[in-house]
Amino acid sequence: MDLVNITVGNAAVTALLGYLVVFFGLVLLMLVVTVMGKIFIAKSRKAETAPAPAVTAPAAAPVEVKKPEAKGTAGELKLYDTDPRDAAMIMAIVADTLGKPLNQLRFISIKEVKE
Amino acid sequence: MDILGTLRDLALESGFAAFFVTDGGWKNLVMILIAFVLLYLGIEKKFEPLLLCGIAFGCLLSNLSYFIGMGENALYHPELWSAFLDSTSPYYHSYGHIMSNAGLLDFFYIGVKAGIYPSLIFLGVGAMTDFGPLLSNPKSLLLGAAAQLGVFVAFFGAVLLGFTGPQAASIGIIGGADGPTAIYLTTKLAPELLGPIAIAAYSYMALIPLIQPPIMKALTNDEMRKVKMVQTREVSKKEKIIFPIVVATFVILLLPSTAPLIGCLMLGNLFRETGVTDRLSDTSQNALMNIVTIFLATSVGATMVAQNFLTFNTIKIVILGLIAFGISTVGGLLGGIAMYYGSGKKINPLIGSAGVSAVPMAARVSQDVGRKFNPNNYLLMHAMGPNVAGVIGSAIAAGFLLSVFG
Repeated sequence: MDLVNITVGNAAVTALLGYLVVFFGLVLLMLVVTVMGKIFIAKSRKAETAPAPAVTAPAAAPVEVKKPEAKGTAGELKLYDTDPRDAAMIMAIVADTLGKPLNQLRFISIKEVKE
Repeated sequence: MDILGTLRDLALESGFAAFFVTDGGWKNLVMILIAFVLLYLGIEKKFEPLLLCGIAFGCLLSNLSYFIGMGENALYHPELWSAFLDSTSPYYHSYGHIMSNAGLLDFFYIGVKAGIYPSLIFLGVGAMTDFGPLLSNPKSLLLGAAAQLGVFVAFFGAVLLGFTGPQAASIGIIGGADGPTAIYLTTKLAPELLGPIAIAAYSYMALIPLIQPPIMKALTNDEMRKVKMVQTREVSKKEKIIFPIVVATFVILLLPSTAPLIGCLMLGNLFRETGVTDRLSDTSQNALMNIVTIFLATSVGATMVAQNFLTFNTIKIVILGLIAFGISTVGGLLGGIAMYYGSGKKINPLIGSAGVSAVPMAARVSQDVGRKFNPNNYLLMHAMGPNVAGVIGSAIAAGFLLSVFG
């Protein structure tokens, strides 16, 4: 087959084949990623449902460990690892994005998520 | 002393006179004007300014220098590269010949010719890309595949318009909406078309917010556009680390010709995700990316010498590029519509158009169009899945075309 001076018929076949190859490659990749995801989900579920280690000594009364509230915590809004200025900015952005005034929104807590 | 004669000689030797006394000099003047327009679009209109400014200035420099002294002082020598590619020439594939006669932009261009810059850009893209949305919704890979439709339709259209197979393949890849991939493939298959293809690819990527919305509105109805998609699952760090290793292994084994692009894309992503290579990730996505962008843009711009650029083929490429972008958007949307019905109307088909790569512009367009019809709809993260899948899809399409025509 002359690929430089390719005929219209050969070009059509090549185009169709190319599109199928892209689909084939990405469908296979999708299957691999899906299987990978299922393995990870199963593992994390297993870890969550694993029985707690046997208690060898009488347990002390449970003490709720609360994260320290950051400076600037006000009213019912709790700030964790968040600067009051950042919190104000976040609330303003949320209000602006939703197109609603701040006094119609209720913020419960703002927490910095560290990866 | 003949003062008038001396002044006349000085005037005739100047570059200004050379526009009119050199054979074809007026064409370089036209290219210089085109460079000014591109600079205006990059700076004032902000059309992909990081690339367009460099491309336009490279075009300006090579056309300013090319015809003065008939190429002796030129920054870029197309005739050297023609000899480099001519199998009957004694200088066929001779980098030594290039380096002993090169101007500054010829040296820069060696990195394009050897496929180094596009691969390094992919390293940076990988370091900047979060594949989490794709991992949480692997079906979005199908949209990345569907949106490669324009690549193959434009390829077929280019053959119909009289381009050779390798040229048609290079033109078709504009539909992948991925600049580095388009440059990589064109350099390998049809380097004589590099200038117009790069300009078409980057210009249309910048124009995505204008090209895509009318097609998105034409192919979907109100009910489809208002679909709110549910939150995707959280992806663990370990999964994100394993993903680039799996993709590199799998895709390169499937299509070995994709190795430079996919290999660098996934290496960059691995740097990002490991958590122990932060410095390398930072360099890849900032310093290295910026340095390579300068070299890539100026050397690609340098290939836009009048003799190569001012041809009827350039107009054909610009039209075919637009068709490629449009059809790719249609392909992604049709994939999205199929998934909308297949999922029981749970998937918003607007995310399909993001499958054309062009990260993250295409995903932003899906978000903006979706919010116009439902202000509380946030499609961005859902659209990022097909968007990054499009990068892999266009690399696979390029790999296929390279293995057929390379």
